[in-house]
Amino acid sequence: MTTATDHPQTTDRIEKRFEVSAKRSRVWRALADAGEFGTWFGMTLDRAFTPGATVLGHLTLKGYEHVTLEMQIDRMEPEGYFSYRWHPYAVDPKIDYSAEPMTLVEFRLEESAGGTVVMITESGFDKLPSSRRAEAFRMNDGGWTSQSKKLASHVG
Amino acid sequence: MSASRGGALRQAAPVFAALGDSTRLALVRRLSTDGPLSITRLTRGSGMTRQGVTRHLESLERAGLVRDTRQGREHVFSLDLKRVAVARQYLDHVSAQWDAAAARLKGFVEAD
Repeated sequence: MTTATDHPQTTDRIEKRFEVSAKRSRVWRALADAGEFGTWFGMTLDRAFTPGATVLGHLTLKGYEHVTLEMQIDRMEPEGYFSYRWHPYAVDPKIDYSAEPMTLVEFRLEESAGGTVVMITESGFDKLPSSRRAEAFRMNDGGWTSQSKKLASHVG
Repeated sequence: MSASRGGALRQAAPVFAALGDSTRLALVRRLSTDGPLSITRLTRGSGMTRQGVTRHLESLERAGLVRDTRQGREHVFSLDLKRVAVARQYLDHVSAQWDAAAARLKGFVEAD
């Protein structure tokens, strides 16, 4: 599938917008229910999503089973808006990411003729230390991209 | 960490450090739209002194983001696009992960 990125020039945020042929209530459940979120994202989450909660996720994607992510749930507005903060690409168990600024991930849902339009935004990259961005760049040849593409073609 | 990955890390860090300044970022943007420019041209309308512009260009040059070539008595600076590509790669990488996650979400909700 293809997703549109609205502002390719910025270095602070990533925006994705795409349509799915499913009702908005169905898509909301896939976001708001931690079990469902984990199923499509590729991780096991240790508790339910509620605003203010800190939820730990163990990645189940092949090659990333050693990674535990922390999600700080921000806002949940039923069938419209879901947001959380996390440390992007914090996949090296030897590195303590906790002191670093987190990025904000936002999901927005809108009803459309074909189903539901999903908008995903991740912002706050400019606040990350430069060494962090460089470190994540190093991970680039670690196979995540090709693994993701395989998964995408499998389910997409 | 393999030698090549360590090399990539060492290569990328100064690039981000050099770009982590709005003045230098503006100089990079200017060079990317207007092509190779002399210090005189880069100073004009920048609100900075020639010495200030020169200092920033030297930081960019140390990070390998710009190249300095002499044309007569003038120093002319141009972008080294290979290094700029390194800086773009991180966001492209995170972006690719979201493309894959979006595809999985789509497949998941449409499977019902």
